[in-house]
Amino acid sequence: MAQTTVVEPYSGPTPKEQARKYGLSTAGRLPSLSEYTAQLWAYRHFIWEFASAKVSAALGNTRLGMIWQVLTPLFNAGVYYVIFGVLLNTKHGTDNFIAYLCAGVFIFGYTQTVVQTGVQAVSGNLGLIRALHFPRASLPISITLVEARNMIASMGVLIAIVLFTGEPINWEWLLIVPALLLQTIFNAGAAMLVSRLGAKVPDLRQLIPFIMRVWLYGSAVLYPVTKYTEHLHGWKLAVIEANPILVYIELIRHALMENVELAGSPTLLWIEAAVWALVMGIGGYAYFWRGEKGYGRG
Amino acid sequence: MADTERVPTVIADNAHIVYRIHGSIGPHQSSPLSSFKRILTRQKSTAVREVHAVKGASFVAYKGEAIGLIGTNGSGKSTLLRAIAGLLPVERGGAIYAAGQPSLLGVNAALMNDLSGERNVTLGCLAMGMTPDEVKEKVDDIIEFSGINERGDFSSLPMRTYSSGMGARLRFAIAAAKKHDVLLIDEALATGDAKFRKRSEQRVRDLREEAGTVFLVSHSEQSIRDTCERSIWLEGGVIKADGPTGDVMKEYETFVKK
Repeated sequence: MAQTTVVEPYSGPTPKEQARKYGLSTAGRLPSLSEYTAQLWAYRHFIWEFASAKVSAALGNTRLGMIWQVLTPLFNAGVYYVIFGVLLNTKHGTDNFIAYLCAGVFIFGYTQTVVQTGVQAVSGNLGLIRALHFPRASLPISITLVEARNMIASMGVLIAIVLFTGEPINWEWLLIVPALLLQTIFNAGAAMLVSRLGAKVPDLRQLIPFIMRVWLYGSAVLYPVTKYTEHLHGWKLAVIEANPILVYIELIRHALMENVELAGSPTLLWIEAAVWALVMGIGGYAYFWRGEKGYGRG
Repeated sequence: MADTERVPTVIADNAHIVYRIHGSIGPHQSSPLSSFKRILTRQKSTAVREVHAVKGASFVAYKGEAIGLIGTNGSGKSTLLRAIAGLLPVERGGAIYAAGQPSLLGVNAALMNDLSGERNVTLGCLAMGMTPDEVKEKVDDIIEFSGINERGDFSSLPMRTYSSGMGARLRFAIAAAKKHDVLLIDEALATGDAKFRKRSEQRVRDLREEAGTVFLVSHSEQSIRDTCERSIWLEGGVIKADGPTGDVMKEYETFVKK
Protein backbone atom coordinates (compact mmCIF):
# COMPACT_ATOMS: atom_id res chain seq x y z
CA MET A 1 0.00 0.00 0.00
CA ALA A 2 1.15 3.48 -0.78
CA GLN A 3 1.99 5.00 2.56
CA THR A 4 2.69 8.57 1.70
CA THR A 5 -0.51 10.33 2.66
CA VAL A 6 -3.28 9.30 5.00
CA VAL A 7 -5.56 12.23 4.42
CA GLU A 8 -8.43 10.03 3.23
CA PRO A 9 -10.54 8.56 6.06
CA TYR A 10 -9.39 5.36 7.67
CA SER A 11 -11.07 2.28 6.16
CA GLY A 12 -11.81 -1.12 7.70
CA PRO A 13 -13.19 -1.50 11.20
CA THR A 14 -13.99 1.81 12.85
CA PRO A 15 -11.29 3.10 15.21
CA LYS A 16 -13.62 2.56 18.14
CA GLU A 17 -14.15 -1.13 17.32
CA GLN A 18 -10.45 -1.65 16.75
CA ALA A 19 -9.61 0.03 20.00
CA ARG A 20 -11.97 -2.21 21.90
CA LYS A 21 -10.61 -5.31 20.15
CA TYR A 22 -7.07 -4.63 21.31
CA GLY A 23 -8.02 -3.38 24.73
CA LEU A 24 -7.03 0.23 24.21
CA SER A 25 -8.57 2.82 26.46
CA THR A 26 -9.41 6.42 25.71
CA ALA A 27 -6.60 8.67 26.72
CA GLY A 28 -8.01 10.83 29.45
CA ARG A 29 -10.96 8.70 30.57
CA LEU A 30 -12.33 9.65 33.97
CA PRO A 31 -11.86 6.75 36.42
CA SER A 32 -14.69 5.85 38.79
CA LEU A 33 -14.50 7.31 42.28
CA SER A 34 -13.39 4.01 43.84
CA GLU A 35 -10.78 3.44 41.08
CA TYR A 36 -9.55 6.95 41.66
CA THR A 37 -9.26 6.37 45.38
CA ALA A 38 -7.28 3.19 44.75
CA GLN A 39 -4.94 5.08 42.39
CA LEU A 40 -4.49 7.77 44.98
CA TRP A 41 -3.65 5.17 47.60
CA ALA A 42 -1.08 3.63 45.25
CA TYR A 43 0.49 7.08 44.96
CA ARG A 44 0.72 7.66 48.71
CA HIS A 45 4.52 7.50 48.62
CA PHE A 46 4.58 10.13 45.90
CA ILE A 47 2.23 12.36 47.91
CA TRP A 48 4.47 12.07 50.95
CA GLU A 49 7.67 12.65 49.00
CA PHE A 50 6.16 15.59 47.15
CA ALA A 51 5.15 17.16 50.47
CA SER A 52 8.60 16.81 52.00
CA ALA A 53 10.19 17.95 48.72
CA LYS A 54 8.07 21.10 48.90
CA VAL A 55 9.23 21.82 52.45
CA SER A 56 12.89 21.27 51.59
CA ALA A 57 12.58 23.35 48.44
CA ALA A 58 10.99 26.21 50.38
CA LEU A 59 13.44 26.17 53.28
CA GLY A 60 16.45 24.74 51.46
CA ASN A 61 17.98 28.09 50.58
CA THR A 62 17.65 29.58 54.07
CA ARG A 63 20.54 29.31 56.49
CA LEU A 64 18.53 27.92 59.36
CA GLY A 65 16.63 25.47 57.19
CA MET A 66 14.13 23.32 59.06
CA ILE A 67 14.48 25.37 62.27
CA TRP A 68 12.12 27.85 60.60
CA GLN A 69 9.30 25.37 61.06
CA VAL A 70 9.52 26.10 64.79
CA LEU A 71 10.70 29.70 64.55
CA THR A 72 7.78 30.86 62.41
CA PRO A 73 5.04 30.04 64.96
CA LEU A 74 7.31 31.27 67.75
CA PHE A 75 7.70 34.68 66.11
CA ASN A 76 4.01 34.69 65.37
CA ALA A 77 3.21 34.16 69.05
CA GLY A 78 5.89 36.69 70.02
CA VAL A 79 4.32 39.44 67.91
CA TYR A 80 0.90 38.85 69.44
CA TYR A 81 2.40 38.74 72.92
CA VAL A 82 4.09 42.12 72.43
CA ILE A 83 1.00 43.79 70.97
CA PHE A 84 -1.77 42.33 73.10
CA GLY A 85 0.12 41.32 76.20
CA VAL A 86 2.61 44.14 76.68
CA LEU A 87 1.41 47.16 74.70
CA LEU A 88 -2.36 46.89 75.04
CA ASN A 89 -2.52 44.51 77.98
CA THR A 90 -5.83 43.17 76.72
CA LYS A 91 -7.73 40.77 78.93
CA HIS A 92 -11.25 40.67 77.45
CA GLY A 93 -12.30 38.96 80.63
CA THR A 94 -10.27 35.83 79.97
CA ASP A 95 -7.73 34.59 82.49
CA ASN A 96 -5.05 33.58 80.04
CA PHE A 97 -5.50 35.79 77.01
CA ILE A 98 -2.10 35.09 75.41
CA ALA A 99 -2.66 31.34 75.29
CA TYR A 100 -6.25 31.94 74.21
CA LEU A 101 -5.06 34.19 71.39
CA CYS A 102 -2.27 31.91 70.21
CA ALA A 103 -4.56 28.88 70.03
CA GLY A 104 -6.85 30.93 67.78
CA VAL A 105 -4.05 32.31 65.65
CA PHE A 106 -2.41 28.93 65.03
CA ILE A 107 -5.59 26.99 64.30
CA PHE A 108 -6.90 29.72 62.04
CA GLY A 109 -3.52 30.00 60.35
CA TYR A 110 -3.58 26.28 59.53
CA THR A 111 -6.74 26.52 57.43
CA GLN A 112 -5.72 29.90 56.08
CA THR A 113 -2.40 28.76 54.60
CA VAL A 114 -3.94 25.56 53.23
CA VAL A 115 -6.58 27.59 51.40
CA GLN A 116 -4.09 30.22 50.22
CA THR A 117 -1.63 27.70 48.79
CA GLY A 118 -4.38 25.28 47.77
CA VAL A 119 -5.89 27.76 45.34
CA GLN A 120 -2.69 27.44 43.30
CA ALA A 121 -2.21 23.69 43.78
CA VAL A 122 -3.29 23.00 40.21
CA SER A 123 -2.57 26.26 38.42
CA GLY A 124 0.90 26.54 39.95
CA ASN A 125 1.94 23.01 38.98
CA LEU A 126 0.78 22.92 35.36
CA GLY A 127 4.27 21.93 34.23
CA LEU A 128 4.15 18.83 36.39
CA ILE A 129 0.56 18.07 35.42
CA ARG A 130 1.31 18.34 31.69
CA ALA A 131 4.40 16.16 31.99
CA LEU A 132 3.56 13.34 34.36
CA HIS A 133 0.68 11.09 35.11
CA PHE A 134 -0.52 10.87 38.66
CA PRO A 135 -3.87 11.40 40.36
CA ARG A 136 -4.12 15.18 40.52
CA ALA A 137 -5.63 15.12 43.99
CA SER A 138 -2.07 14.31 45.12
CA LEU A 139 -1.28 18.01 44.79
CA PRO A 140 -3.86 19.56 47.16
CA ILE A 141 -3.39 16.64 49.56
CA SER A 142 0.39 17.20 49.56
CA ILE A 143 -0.18 20.86 50.34
CA THR A 144 -2.37 19.91 53.28
CA LEU A 145 0.34 17.52 54.49
CA VAL A 146 2.99 20.24 54.31
CA GLU A 147 0.86 22.47 56.51
CA ALA A 148 -0.02 19.56 58.79
CA ARG A 149 3.68 19.05 59.41
CA ASN A 150 4.11 22.75 60.13
CA MET A 151 1.12 22.50 62.44
CA ILE A 152 2.85 19.85 64.55
CA ALA A 153 5.67 22.32 65.20
CA SER A 154 3.12 25.05 65.94
CA MET A 155 1.35 22.78 68.41
CA GLY A 156 4.64 22.21 70.20
CA VAL A 157 5.05 25.97 70.54
CA LEU A 158 1.43 26.36 71.65
CA ILE A 159 1.79 23.68 74.32
CA ALA A 160 4.93 25.40 75.59
CA ILE A 161 3.03 28.72 75.80
CA VAL A 162 0.09 27.10 77.55
CA LEU A 163 2.41 25.44 80.08
CA PHE A 164 4.39 28.62 80.54
CA THR A 165 1.25 30.61 81.30
CA GLY A 166 0.35 28.21 84.10
CA GLU A 167 -2.28 25.84 82.72
CA PRO A 168 -2.22 22.45 84.48
CA ILE A 169 -1.54 19.33 82.42
CA ASN A 170 -4.42 16.86 82.28
CA TRP A 171 -5.88 14.08 80.18
CA GLU A 172 -8.03 16.49 78.21
CA TRP A 173 -4.90 17.62 76.38
CA LEU A 174 -5.02 14.41 74.35
CA LEU A 175 -8.20 15.73 72.72
CA ILE A 176 -6.09 18.01 70.51
CA VAL A 177 -5.16 14.94 68.45
CA PRO A 178 -8.67 14.07 67.21
CA ALA A 179 -9.51 17.77 66.91
CA LEU A 180 -6.51 18.40 64.65
CA LEU A 181 -7.25 15.25 62.68
CA LEU A 182 -10.78 16.45 61.94
CA GLN A 183 -9.45 19.87 60.99
CA THR A 184 -6.91 18.25 58.67
CA ILE A 185 -9.67 16.35 56.86
CA PHE A 186 -11.63 19.58 56.60
CA ASN A 187 -8.57 21.38 55.26
CA ALA A 188 -7.81 18.70 52.67
CA GLY A 189 -11.38 18.99 51.40
CA ALA A 190 -11.11 22.77 51.32
CA ALA A 191 -7.78 22.57 49.47
CA MET A 192 -9.31 20.31 46.80
CA LEU A 193 -12.34 22.56 46.48
CA VAL A 194 -10.37 25.77 46.00
CA SER A 195 -7.73 24.19 43.77
CA ARG A 196 -10.35 23.16 41.22
CA LEU A 197 -12.09 26.52 41.52
CA GLY A 198 -8.71 28.26 41.22
CA ALA A 199 -7.88 26.25 38.10
CA LYS A 200 -11.15 27.34 36.50
CA VAL A 201 -11.22 30.95 37.70
CA PRO A 202 -7.70 32.29 38.31
CA ASP A 203 -9.25 35.52 39.64
CA LEU A 204 -10.16 33.63 42.82
CA ARG A 205 -6.58 33.99 43.96
CA GLN A 206 -7.05 37.74 44.26
CA LEU A 207 -10.22 37.29 46.30
CA ILE A 208 -8.92 34.74 48.79
CA PRO A 209 -7.21 37.30 51.10
CA PHE A 210 -10.53 39.15 51.56
CA ILE A 211 -12.50 35.98 52.11
CA MET A 212 -9.98 34.87 54.71
CA ARG A 213 -10.13 38.28 56.42
CA VAL A 214 -13.90 38.06 56.83
CA TRP A 215 -13.50 34.49 58.03
CA LEU A 216 -10.90 35.65 60.58
CA TYR A 217 -13.30 38.15 62.14
CA GLY A 218 -16.00 35.50 62.29
CA SER A 219 -13.79 32.93 64.02
CA ALA A 220 -13.20 34.54 67.43
CA VAL A 221 -9.46 34.58 66.89
CA LEU A 222 -8.64 38.05 68.20
CA TYR A 223 -11.43 38.38 70.78
CA PRO A 224 -13.38 35.97 72.97
CA VAL A 225 -16.29 34.05 71.57
CA THR A 226 -18.59 35.58 74.18
CA LYS A 227 -18.49 38.83 72.18
CA TYR A 228 -20.75 37.16 69.62
CA THR A 229 -23.31 35.95 72.15
CA GLU A 230 -23.44 39.42 73.64
CA HIS A 231 -23.87 41.31 70.39
CA LEU A 232 -25.51 38.99 67.88
CA HIS A 233 -28.92 37.29 67.79
CA GLY A 234 -30.95 34.96 65.63
CA TRP A 235 -29.57 33.73 62.32
CA LYS A 236 -26.42 35.85 62.54
CA LEU A 237 -25.40 34.09 65.73
CA ALA A 238 -26.35 30.69 64.26
CA VAL A 239 -24.12 31.33 61.23
CA ILE A 240 -21.20 32.40 63.41
CA GLU A 241 -21.55 29.43 65.72
CA ALA A 242 -21.64 26.94 62.86
CA ASN A 243 -18.38 28.37 61.47
CA PRO A 244 -16.05 25.36 61.14
CA ILE A 245 -12.85 27.19 62.05
CA LEU A 246 -14.54 28.63 65.15
CA VAL A 247 -15.54 25.08 66.10
CA TYR A 248 -11.98 23.76 65.70
CA ILE A 249 -10.50 26.69 67.62
CA GLU A 250 -12.97 26.19 70.45
CA LEU A 251 -12.13 22.50 70.69
CA ILE A 252 -8.40 23.19 71.00
CA ARG A 253 -8.97 25.92 73.59
CA HIS A 254 -11.27 23.63 75.50
CA ALA A 255 -8.71 20.81 75.43
CA LEU A 256 -5.71 22.85 76.52
CA MET A 257 -7.13 25.46 78.89
CA GLU A 258 -9.17 25.56 82.07
CA ASN A 259 -12.00 28.05 82.51
CA VAL A 260 -12.65 28.82 78.85
CA GLU A 261 -16.10 29.97 77.87
CA LEU A 262 -17.34 28.06 74.83
CA ALA A 263 -19.97 28.96 72.26
CA GLY A 264 -21.73 25.63 72.72
CA SER A 265 -21.49 22.46 74.78
CA PRO A 266 -18.40 20.33 74.04
CA THR A 267 -20.57 17.48 72.71
CA LEU A 268 -22.25 19.81 70.25
CA LEU A 269 -18.86 21.15 69.18
CA TRP A 270 -17.49 17.66 68.54
CA ILE A 271 -20.52 16.75 66.45
CA GLU A 272 -20.18 19.96 64.44
CA ALA A 273 -16.45 19.33 63.96
CA ALA A 274 -17.05 15.79 62.67
CA VAL A 275 -19.89 16.85 60.37
CA TRP A 276 -17.81 19.66 58.88
CA ALA A 277 -14.87 17.33 58.31
CA LEU A 278 -17.09 14.79 56.54
CA VAL A 279 -19.00 17.31 54.44
CA MET A 280 -15.94 19.25 53.33
CA GLY A 281 -13.68 16.20 53.04
CA ILE A 282 -16.00 14.10 50.90
CA GLY A 283 -17.55 17.02 49.05
CA GLY A 284 -14.20 18.58 48.16
CA TYR A 285 -12.80 15.23 47.09
CA ALA A 286 -15.74 14.37 44.85
CA TYR A 287 -15.75 17.86 43.35
CA PHE A 288 -12.04 17.66 42.59
CA TRP A 289 -12.33 14.18 41.11
CA ARG A 290 -15.04 15.32 38.65
CA GLY A 291 -12.57 17.72 37.07
CA GLU A 292 -9.63 15.28 37.01
CA LYS A 293 -9.18 15.10 33.25
CA GLY A 294 -9.42 18.79 32.48
CA TYR A 295 -6.61 20.06 34.69
CA GLY A 296 -3.96 19.82 31.98
CA ARG A 297 -5.88 22.20 29.73
CA GLY A 298 -5.04 25.19 31.90
CA MET B 1 -4.06 -4.14 4.89
CA ALA B 2 -3.21 -7.81 5.25
CA ASP B 3 -0.92 -7.65 8.26
CA THR B 4 -3.43 -8.66 10.91
CA GLU B 5 -0.67 -9.61 13.38
CA ARG B 6 0.19 -5.97 13.83
CA VAL B 7 -1.20 -4.84 17.16
CA PRO B 8 -2.23 -1.21 17.37
CA THR B 9 -1.11 0.67 20.48
CA VAL B 10 -2.37 4.15 19.72
CA ILE B 11 -5.37 5.04 17.60
CA ALA B 12 -6.19 8.67 16.97
CA ASP B 13 -9.64 9.20 15.55
CA ASN B 14 -10.29 12.73 14.30
CA ALA B 15 -8.70 14.31 17.36
CA HIS B 16 -9.13 18.03 17.89
CA ILE B 17 -7.19 19.64 20.70
CA VAL B 18 -7.89 23.08 22.06
CA TYR B 19 -6.12 24.60 25.00
CA ARG B 20 -6.66 27.80 26.85
CA ILE B 21 -4.05 30.31 27.77
CA HIS B 22 -4.60 32.68 30.66
CA GLY B 23 -2.78 35.87 31.30
CA SER B 24 -1.88 37.16 27.88
CA ILE B 25 -3.16 40.68 28.39
CA GLY B 26 -3.01 42.69 25.18
CA PRO B 27 -1.53 46.16 24.79
CA HIS B 28 -4.91 47.94 24.83
CA GLN B 29 -6.23 46.51 28.06
CA SER B 30 -3.66 47.51 30.56
CA SER B 31 -5.97 49.85 32.48
CA PRO B 32 -8.89 48.95 34.75
CA LEU B 33 -11.14 51.17 32.63
CA SER B 34 -10.51 49.18 29.46
CA SER B 35 -11.12 45.92 31.30
CA PHE B 36 -14.37 47.34 32.64
CA LYS B 37 -15.40 48.44 29.16
CA ARG B 38 -14.64 44.96 27.90
CA ILE B 39 -16.90 43.40 30.49
CA LEU B 40 -19.72 45.90 29.76
CA THR B 41 -19.55 45.35 26.01
CA ARG B 42 -19.41 41.58 26.61
CA GLN B 43 -16.34 41.32 24.47
CA LYS B 44 -14.52 38.06 24.89
CA SER B 45 -11.51 38.56 27.09
CA THR B 46 -8.26 38.32 25.24
CA ALA B 47 -6.66 37.42 28.56
CA VAL B 48 -8.11 33.97 28.01
CA ARG B 49 -7.29 32.77 24.53
CA GLU B 50 -8.12 29.51 22.91
CA VAL B 51 -5.57 27.84 20.70
CA HIS B 52 -6.85 25.21 18.30
CA ALA B 53 -3.56 23.36 18.12
CA VAL B 54 -4.48 20.07 16.48
CA LYS B 55 -7.28 19.92 13.90
CA GLY B 56 -8.58 16.45 13.32
CA ALA B 57 -5.61 14.09 13.49
CA SER B 58 -6.22 10.44 12.61
CA PHE B 59 -3.61 7.70 12.57
CA VAL B 60 -2.86 4.25 13.92
CA ALA B 61 0.44 3.37 15.59
CA TYR B 62 1.51 -0.24 16.02
CA LYS B 63 3.54 -2.20 18.51
CA GLY B 64 7.27 -2.02 17.91
CA GLU B 65 7.11 1.11 15.79
CA ALA B 66 9.12 4.26 16.31
CA ILE B 67 7.33 7.21 14.82
CA GLY B 68 8.93 10.59 14.24
CA LEU B 69 6.75 13.68 14.42
CA ILE B 70 8.06 16.51 12.28
CA GLY B 71 6.83 19.96 11.42
CA THR B 72 7.74 23.61 11.77
CA ASN B 73 7.68 25.33 15.17
CA GLY B 74 4.18 25.63 16.58
CA SER B 75 2.66 23.04 14.27
CA GLY B 76 1.10 21.10 17.14
CA LYS B 77 3.60 18.28 17.59
CA SER B 78 4.07 18.62 21.33
CA THR B 79 0.36 19.21 21.86
CA LEU B 80 -0.43 15.99 20.02
CA LEU B 81 2.01 14.09 22.23
CA ARG B 82 0.39 15.52 25.34
CA ALA B 83 -3.02 14.46 24.13
CA ILE B 84 -1.78 10.92 23.45
CA ALA B 85 -0.49 10.88 27.00
CA GLY B 86 -3.93 11.93 28.19
CA LEU B 87 -2.56 15.11 29.71
CA LEU B 88 -4.58 17.39 27.47
CA PRO B 89 -8.19 16.46 26.84
CA VAL B 90 -9.43 15.86 23.28
CA GLU B 91 -12.42 17.97 22.23
CA ARG B 92 -15.75 16.26 21.76
CA GLY B 93 -16.25 14.35 18.51
CA GLY B 94 -12.86 12.71 18.34
CA ALA B 95 -10.86 10.42 20.55
CA ILE B 96 -7.42 9.01 21.11
CA TYR B 97 -7.17 5.40 22.27
CA ALA B 98 -3.96 4.10 23.78
CA ALA B 99 -2.60 0.91 25.29
CA GLY B 100 -1.68 1.11 28.94
CA GLN B 101 -0.56 4.46 30.19
CA PRO B 102 1.57 6.38 27.70
CA SER B 103 4.27 8.46 29.33
CA LEU B 104 5.52 11.73 28.08
CA LEU B 105 9.10 12.68 28.37
CA GLY B 106 10.07 16.12 27.31
CA VAL B 107 12.55 18.85 27.92
CA ASN B 108 9.69 20.77 29.48
CA ALA B 109 8.93 18.06 31.99
CA ALA B 110 9.11 20.10 35.15
CA LEU B 111 10.93 18.58 38.06
CA MET B 112 11.69 20.62 41.15
CA ASN B 113 14.66 22.84 40.48
CA ASP B 114 15.48 23.52 44.11
CA LEU B 115 15.97 19.85 44.90
CA SER B 116 19.02 17.72 44.29
CA GLY B 117 19.20 15.51 41.23
CA GLU B 118 18.95 12.43 43.38
CA ARG B 119 15.74 13.56 45.06
CA ASN B 120 14.30 14.46 41.70
CA VAL B 121 14.99 10.93 40.54
CA THR B 122 13.09 9.59 43.54
CA LEU B 123 10.23 12.02 43.03
CA GLY B 124 10.05 11.34 39.28
CA CYS B 125 10.04 7.58 39.75
CA LEU B 126 7.34 7.77 42.40
CA ALA B 127 5.30 10.02 40.11
CA MET B 128 5.55 7.32 37.43
CA GLY B 129 3.94 4.94 39.90
CA MET B 130 6.93 2.92 41.11
CA THR B 131 7.03 1.55 44.63
CA PRO B 132 9.68 2.91 47.06
CA ASP B 133 11.57 -0.40 46.87
CA GLU B 134 11.77 -0.29 43.08
CA VAL B 135 12.91 3.30 43.30
CA LYS B 136 15.69 2.49 45.75
CA GLU B 137 16.88 -0.22 43.41
CA LYS B 138 16.92 2.01 40.36
CA VAL B 139 18.24 5.35 41.63
CA ASP B 140 21.90 4.48 41.09
CA ASP B 141 21.30 3.03 37.63
CA ILE B 142 19.38 6.10 36.56
CA ILE B 143 22.05 8.48 37.76
CA GLU B 144 24.73 6.42 36.12
CA PHE B 145 22.86 6.26 32.83
CA SER B 146 22.29 10.02 32.84
CA GLY B 147 26.02 10.49 33.25
CA ILE B 148 25.58 13.62 35.40
CA ASN B 149 28.16 12.32 37.84
CA GLU B 150 30.88 12.04 35.21
CA ARG B 151 32.32 15.40 36.26
CA GLY B 152 32.05 15.14 40.01
CA ASP B 153 29.19 14.62 42.40
CA PHE B 154 26.44 16.58 40.70
CA SER B 155 23.58 14.33 41.77
CA SER B 156 23.58 15.84 45.25
CA LEU B 157 23.45 19.43 43.94
CA PRO B 158 20.18 21.26 43.27
CA MET B 159 18.93 20.87 39.72
CA ARG B 160 18.98 24.63 39.14
CA THR B 161 22.76 24.39 39.04
CA TYR B 162 22.67 21.95 36.10
CA SER B 163 23.30 22.93 32.53
CA SER B 164 20.28 22.49 30.28
CA GLY B 165 21.89 19.42 28.72
CA MET B 166 22.43 17.77 32.10
CA GLY B 167 18.86 18.46 33.15
CA ALA B 168 17.50 16.97 29.94
CA ARG B 169 19.71 13.91 30.32
CA LEU B 170 18.48 13.30 33.83
CA ARG B 171 14.86 13.64 32.76
CA PHE B 172 15.38 11.23 29.91
CA ALA B 173 17.11 8.77 32.21
CA ILE B 174 14.21 8.91 34.68
CA ALA B 175 11.53 8.32 32.07
CA ALA B 176 13.50 5.59 30.31
CA ALA B 177 13.91 3.68 33.59
CA LYS B 178 10.42 2.33 33.34
CA LYS B 179 8.98 -0.04 30.75
CA HIS B 180 6.36 1.83 28.80
CA ASP B 181 3.72 0.57 26.45
CA VAL B 182 3.95 3.90 24.71
CA LEU B 183 6.84 6.28 25.20
CA LEU B 184 6.56 9.84 23.97
CA ILE B 185 9.80 11.73 23.62
CA ASP B 186 9.75 15.47 23.07
CA GLU B 187 13.07 16.79 21.74
CA ALA B 188 14.88 15.10 24.60
CA LEU B 189 17.55 13.51 22.46
CA ALA B 190 18.62 16.74 20.85
CA THR B 191 19.94 18.30 24.04
CA GLY B 192 22.59 15.87 25.18
CA ASP B 193 26.12 15.72 23.86
CA ALA B 194 27.18 13.27 21.15
CA LYS B 195 28.09 10.55 23.62
CA PHE B 196 24.80 10.74 25.45
CA ARG B 197 22.86 10.93 22.20
CA LYS B 198 24.32 7.63 21.13
CA ARG B 199 23.50 6.03 24.45
CA SER B 200 19.93 7.34 24.44
CA GLU B 201 19.33 6.25 20.86
CA GLN B 202 20.39 2.78 21.94
CA ARG B 203 17.97 3.02 24.85
CA VAL B 204 15.12 4.01 22.55
CA ARG B 205 15.87 0.97 20.39
CA ASP B 206 15.86 -1.25 23.52
CA LEU B 207 12.54 0.17 24.61
CA ARG B 208 11.09 -0.61 21.22
CA GLU B 209 12.28 -4.18 21.42
CA GLU B 210 10.46 -4.48 24.72
CA ALA B 211 7.38 -4.27 22.52
CA GLY B 212 6.58 -0.64 23.08
CA THR B 213 5.79 2.13 20.66
CA VAL B 214 7.93 5.23 20.63
CA PHE B 215 6.91 8.67 19.40
CA LEU B 216 9.74 11.12 18.88
CA VAL B 217 9.41 14.86 18.34
CA SER B 218 12.63 16.43 17.20
CA HIS B 219 13.98 19.12 14.98
CA SER B 220 17.10 17.10 14.48
CA GLU B 221 16.58 15.42 11.15
CA GLN B 222 19.40 13.03 11.90
CA SER B 223 18.00 11.63 15.14
CA ILE B 224 14.63 11.04 13.44
CA ARG B 225 16.28 9.31 10.49
CA ASP B 226 18.36 7.19 12.87
CA THR B 227 15.59 6.03 15.19
CA CYS B 228 12.33 6.15 13.27
CA GLU B 229 11.26 4.29 10.18
CA ARG B 230 7.89 6.01 10.06
CA SER B 231 7.16 9.70 10.28
CA ILE B 232 4.14 11.91 10.57
CA TRP B 233 4.34 15.47 9.31
CA LEU B 234 2.13 17.96 11.07
CA GLU B 235 1.58 21.45 9.72
CA GLY B 236 -0.73 23.96 11.36
CA GLY B 237 -2.37 21.18 13.36
CA VAL B 238 -3.18 19.08 10.30
CA ILE B 239 -1.44 15.84 9.30
CA LYS B 240 0.17 16.56 5.93
CA ALA B 241 1.91 13.25 5.42
CA ASP B 242 2.30 9.89 7.13
CA GLY B 243 4.63 7.20 5.88
CA PRO B 244 8.24 5.96 5.68
CA THR B 245 10.64 8.53 7.13
CA GLY B 246 12.60 8.98 3.89
CA ASP B 247 9.53 9.90 1.84
CA VAL B 248 7.96 12.17 4.44
CA MET B 249 11.28 13.91 5.06
CA LYS B 250 11.65 14.66 1.36
CA GLU B 251 8.18 16.19 1.18
CA TYR B 252 8.83 18.18 4.33
CA GLU B 253 12.13 19.49 3.06
CA THR B 254 10.68 20.72 -0.22
CA PHE B 255 7.94 22.47 1.82
CA VAL B 256 10.43 24.15 4.15
CA LYS B 257 12.70 25.31 1.34
CA LYS B 258 9.84 27.00 -0.50
